[in-house]
Amino acid sequence: MSLTTSQLLQKKKKNILELWMKNQLADEGLREDLISNEDLRIQSEELVDSLVGNLTSDNFTDLDSDEWSPVIEILGGIAITRARQGFSPRETGAFVFSLKEALLAVLQGEIIDDPKKLFEESLKINRLMDNLSVVTFETFIKGREEVILRQTDEIAEISTPVIRVWDGILALPIIGTLDSARTQIVMENLLQEIVETGSSIAILDISGVPAVDSLVAQHLIKTVSATRLMGAECIISGIRPEIAQTVVHLGIDLSNIVTKSTLASALQHAFKVMRLEVKKVIVKNN
Amino acid sequence: MDKIPILRMGAFLLVTIQVDLYDRLALNLEADLVQMVNKTSAKGVLIDISAVSIVDSFMGRIIGNIASMSKILDAETVVVGMQPAVAITLIELGLPLKGVHTALDMEKGMNLLKSMIDTSGDDEDDDQSAYDLITE
Amino acid sequence: MRMMTSQPMILSLSKDTIKVSQEQDVVFLKNRVKEVAVRIKMGLVNQTRLLTAASELVRNMMRYGGGGSCLIEVVSSGRNNGVRLTFTDKGPGIPDIASAMKDGFSTGKSLGLGLPGTKRLVNEFDIKSKVGEGTTVTIVKWANG
Repeated sequence: MSLTTSQLLQKKKKNILELWMKNQLADEGLREDLISNEDLRIQSEELVDSLVGNLTSDNFTDLDSDEWSPVIEILGGIAITRARQGFSPRETGAFVFSLKEALLAVLQGEIIDDPKKLFEESLKINRLMDNLSVVTFETFIKGREEVILRQTDEIAEISTPVIRVWDGILALPIIGTLDSARTQIVMENLLQEIVETGSSIAILDISGVPAVDSLVAQHLIKTVSATRLMGAECIISGIRPEIAQTVVHLGIDLSNIVTKSTLASALQHAFKVMRLEVKKVIVKNN
Repeated sequence: MDKIPILRMGAFLLVTIQVDLYDRLALNLEADLVQMVNKTSAKGVLIDISAVSIVDSFMGRIIGNIASMSKILDAETVVVGMQPAVAITLIELGLPLKGVHTALDMEKGMNLLKSMIDTSGDDEDDDQSAYDLITE
Repeated sequence: MRMMTSQPMILSLSKDTIKVSQEQDVVFLKNRVKEVAVRIKMGLVNQTRLLTAASELVRNMMRYGGGGSCLIEVVSSGRNNGVRLTFTDKGPGIPDIASAMKDGFSTGKSLGLGLPGTKRLVNEFDIKSKVGEGTTVTIVKWANG
C-alpha cells in the first residue's frame, strides 16, 4: 500500500461523487422543490473537486491553512444560499454528513487489509468533515440572521402608516414595541407627512404598544416637541390605564403633552381645536 | 456685507431666509429686525425658514433672541416652515425654542399672528368672528 | 477552528483635510462634509445631524481655538458606511472636560449646549484636550444609525 489517503481519494474522486449523489438522492430530506437534481449535482461536484483537490497528507486537521479557504468559500456559499432558500438546518446538515459517509465508504473499499490504518484514516476524515460541518452551520446561521435583519428593516418600514383622518388631521397608529430605531422612522415619517399634507394636528396612537418605559416616553416627548417646532400639534392617544400607572411610577412628566385615552377622544379634541363640529342629522318624517 | 431683506406688510414684518445662515448674517438680522420693529411699531414678526437646512445652537439662540426682544417691544414672533430634519436636530441638540410661536407655512403663521393680536389686543369680545374672517 | 469576525473594524476609505481660519472656510467645510455625506447615501435627517454637529464644533474651534483644521474621512464598519470628522486646534485647551460635557456649561457667551448637544447628534464622540496645547474632537456619524 504505497498510496496516501489523499492520493487515494483523489484517484477515487468520481466514485466519491457518485456515491454521495446516490446518498443524497436516496435521502428522505431531499428537497427537489427547492433545488433541482442537476443543480444539486453541479454544487456537489464543485465541492468534491475542491475538497479532494486541496487535500494533502498534512493539512487534514488544520482548517486555518490557506489551502482550505476555497473549500470553505464554496461551502459557505452553499450554506448561505440554502439559508435564504429556506432549507432546514437538518437538510443542510445532511448535505455535508452524506459526503462524509461517501468518503468513508470509499476509504473502506480501498483499505481492506489494514484495519489499523483504516481506523486512523477514518478518524482523520471524520475530524475534517466535522470541522467543515461546523463551518457550514455557522455560515447557515449567519445567512438566516441576515434574512431576519432584512425582515426587521422591512417591518419597520411598513409598520408605520400615516393616515389622513381628516383634512388637516393625521393619525399614526403604532403597533408593537417602540425602540430607538423604530421611533426614528415613526418620527421622520410623521413629520414628513405633516409637511406634505400641511396638517396642523397629528395623533400618535399607542394603544398597540405593549409597554412604555422611560426611554419610549422620551422618544414620544421628542416627537411631540419636534412637531411643535414645525408649527403643528401632536396628541398622544390610546393610553391604557396600566401605561398611565407606569408613567407616573417612573416619574415621567407628560404634562406638556396633550394625552387622550382613545383615538376617538383625540379626534374630538382635534375637531375642537380646528373649530369643527360633528352633528347628527335629524331626519324629519313627513 | 450681505443682508436679509425685511418686508413690511401692514402691522407685520416678513422675513424670508433663503440662504443658510452664517453667524454674522444672523447677528445682522437680529439687529436689523429689532430696529425695524421699533421704527414701524410692528405688532408681529413672521420668519420663514423653510429654505434653511441647518439651524445650530447659535442660530437657534438668535431666533429665540429675536422673539424675546420683539416681545419686549410688544410684537409677537412666529417662525414658519421649519424642515422636519431641522426640528428633530434642534430637539436633540436640546433647543426646544420655548417662547417662540411656530406655524407650518406663511398663511397659517399669518393667521396665528392675527388671532394672537386680536385676543391680546383691545377688549373686543368676539374674537371668534375675527378668526372666521381670517379663515374665509 | 476558524474564527468568525465578531466586532468589525472601522476602516478609513478616503481622507481630506481642510484648514479653517476664517468665516469663508466654514462655509467651504460644511459644503465638503455635505458632499461626502451625500456620496455615502446618508439620509437627510442624519445629514442634518452631522452638519449641525460640524457647525457646532467648527464654531468652537474658531471661537476658543483660534481656528484649526478638520479631517474629513469616509469610514466603513461591516456593512455600514459613515463620516468621521476630526477637528484639531492649537488653542488654549479645555481644563475641565467633564464640566464642558455637562448641559448648560459654558465659558463663552453662548447657551453652553455645544458639546453635550453635539454628542447627542452623532454616533461616536471623543474629545481630547491638553491645556496650552490644544483640543481634538472626533465624531462619527453612520449613514444608517
